[in-house]
Amino acid sequence: MKVLGLILAGGRGEGLWPLTKVRASAAIPIFGKYRAIDFTLSNMVNSGIYKVGVLTQYNPRSLMDHLGSGKEWDLDRKHGGLFILQPYVSSQGEFWYRGTADAIYQNMTLLRRGEEDFVLIGSGDHIYKIDFTDLYQYHFKKGADITLIVKKLDESYDLTKYGIVTVNGNMRILEIEEKPEKPKGDLAFLGIYFINKYLLMDLLYASVPQKGYDLLLDVILPNLDRLKVYAYVFDGYWRNVKKGIDEYYRINMDILNQEVRRELFYEKGKVFTKLKDLSPPKLTGTATVSNSLISDGCIIAGSVRNSVIFRNVRIKAGAIVENSVIMQGSVIEEGAVVKNAILDKEVMVREGREVVGEKEILVLEKRSVV
Amino acid sequence: MRKVTAMILAGGQGTRLGVLTEKIAKPAVPFGGKYRLIDFTLSNCVNSGIYKIGVLTQYKPHVLTKHIGIGKPWDLDRKDGGVTILPPYVGSKESEWYKGTANAVYQNLEFIEESGADYVLILSGDHVYAMDYNDLLDFHILKGADGTIACMEVSLEEASRFGIMVTDLDGRIVEFQEKPEKPRSNLASLGIYIFNYDFLKKILEEDERNEKSSHDFGRDIIPRIVRENLGKLYAFKFEGYWKDVGTIKSYWESNLELTSPLPPLNLHDPNWKFFTHTEEMPPSYVSPTAEVMNSIISEGCEVYGKVENSVLFQGVIVEEGSHIVNSIVMTRTFIGRNCSLENVVVAENVVIGKNVRIGVGEDKKNEYDPKVYSGLITVVGMDSVIPDDVTIGKNCVIGVDVDPNDFESRILESGGYIFHRR
Repeated sequence: MKVLGLILAGGRGEGLWPLTKVRASAAIPIFGKYRAIDFTLSNMVNSGIYKVGVLTQYNPRSLMDHLGSGKEWDLDRKHGGLFILQPYVSSQGEFWYRGTADAIYQNMTLLRRGEEDFVLIGSGDHIYKIDFTDLYQYHFKKGADITLIVKKLDESYDLTKYGIVTVNGNMRILEIEEKPEKPKGDLAFLGIYFINKYLLMDLLYASVPQKGYDLLLDVILPNLDRLKVYAYVFDGYWRNVKKGIDEYYRINMDILNQEVRRELFYEKGKVFTKLKDLSPPKLTGTATVSNSLISDGCIIAGSVRNSVIFRNVRIKAGAIVENSVIMQGSVIEEGAVVKNAILDKEVMVREGREVVGEKEILVLEKRSVV
Repeated sequence: MRKVTAMILAGGQGTRLGVLTEKIAKPAVPFGGKYRLIDFTLSNCVNSGIYKIGVLTQYKPHVLTKHIGIGKPWDLDRKDGGVTILPPYVGSKESEWYKGTANAVYQNLEFIEESGADYVLILSGDHVYAMDYNDLLDFHILKGADGTIACMEVSLEEASRFGIMVTDLDGRIVEFQEKPEKPRSNLASLGIYIFNYDFLKKILEEDERNEKSSHDFGRDIIPRIVRENLGKLYAFKFEGYWKDVGTIKSYWESNLELTSPLPPLNLHDPNWKFFTHTEEMPPSYVSPTAEVMNSIISEGCEVYGKVENSVLFQGVIVEEGSHIVNSIVMTRTFIGRNCSLENVVVAENVVIGKNVRIGVGEDKKNEYDPKVYSGLITVVGMDSVIPDDVTIGKNCVIGVDVDPNDFESRILESGGYIFHRR
């Protein structure tokens, strides 16, 4: 059985502004050395999917740079491999992707030509670790036409921001209410689809020319009665970086928890990312580091607590960094204080300056100088 | 375009590194938190624009060949050139092991010929340094030399450990002294040579016919060229950092040097990166119970204890209550709770139980091989398991694959040794 992977990575990610000013949300840096898309991409590769299309649209430069030829994910292959699918101009006209279904529809050739029987559609914004082969088994056992991954969300998630799913006793999906004001339950659709390729093609041919551009709202939901759509419950760690700055910050802090680290980094295969060839991090005699993640290329001489420090960061003697996310190449000079903040790449905080978020997390844009 | 092919000698055992090279060749010995020794030479080559490289292997090559692979991390997976592993092979007329460094290159003259080289760079796979070989080549061409040897000024006391070059005012070598008692110069050979290919070919073919020769560059080839005045040999003075980590003491020292604020070898130089092949691992985590000072903590490490003046390679776990001082701990080693390690070199994949103390007690000579195991440093070999509550002294050695059954008592006095009984 062969599966084609499709990753939706075209989103603007307004919730993550200003971090998404310079990049697509799927390319948002996370956990010291990764970008959000690494998780879905690694999950697919670890589950034996070796043909992956990444659908991009919004500000794709850093995403493209990150993915390159797909080498780090073993996707630089003769058969299959990585396909970057961007909107294009053709004899039929020129359209941006008008929605998720349209994006796939415009790249129908990839589906038509491939030898795959199934398509797995994921998102570049999701942070989770899964072995999709369990999902395939479930799909066949249920005799499903489409299987959607769902999760019971606890009170730490804002249910009004998710699609809430109603199922029958056999886990067949009866209804999905997108971003309801009053959620009827706590079972949310995670935006991951598993579907027979030819069925998907039929549905897209029927829907997109009729201006049905959204995969969930225009393609799946109108067919819930006709098709057997089942829910597969995932109960591991799962978060969507695109939901907002607070959520993004919180996900980064979650990685300081040993159990989350174990699940995301050490179970069900590795997480692959673009290599940088930097030397291992050095902590000098004046450094005090506690409950923090430190990446390659860093030189830490100051005090760091409850923080995620990305690659090639310099924290100089006497500087204090607390409860913060410091992205690649940033420099915190002597005596500077950074608390409750997210510093985008290559930010410079000069000697003695203070960057302190009070009630809200403070975000400093890429290459800002304080 | 200057056509240079580099031949890296990587067949050595490195006997003075003891158990550290029991399972692997010396160029494959881990260094600096994530590298292996050969990475420095390979990176110097590609940083100098040399993309045709032969690696001569012989002693326990598995880890080394796997590490190099098709050369991807060094951008050496190329259509033209790239890196080629050159092990000893069976020939139609003769087949033999490499008898010496010169013989190893001699047996692969065809490889050099096919690479179309005008110049051949002879390098060692086990030196730690950053050198732009173009400087050496420029000097070589400028002088109109047949061969040029990279040298470094050393103190006169040290000079008796090296091959010493005596030069005229122009830098031409007029005398060569191999490990002299009374050195006449302080210019030490670094084992880095560049030769015009035609000259090298002629000399190697002559040497091969000489039955008295041990077929070694330092012992036979260089002295003979100088003695018999066969060609123009020049000494190129190199002024950067260079180290042959030949002994356990110098291996330990040069690793620890990297933890200082301004180490002599800069691993953080964006213009002279060192490339390596490593396992994909997440960033390192330092917990609230941890205390880390003057140390390198590589990717995949999880530190819950105290680490001082030490180098932790990738994926090392130090549990709560443990204290690591002046030690080198290699990839994927696990150190249990309440251990204390001082002046220890722990190789890869070692498991150390709870309440283990290593490097305590008096200074006593090693009973197994005092020449190798000295300097108050205790060494633990690859894939060994040290059981709970064990105390191990100074100048001790624990071999490779040692398991808890190999420990006859809970205490190993200073100078003691334990090897796995097969």
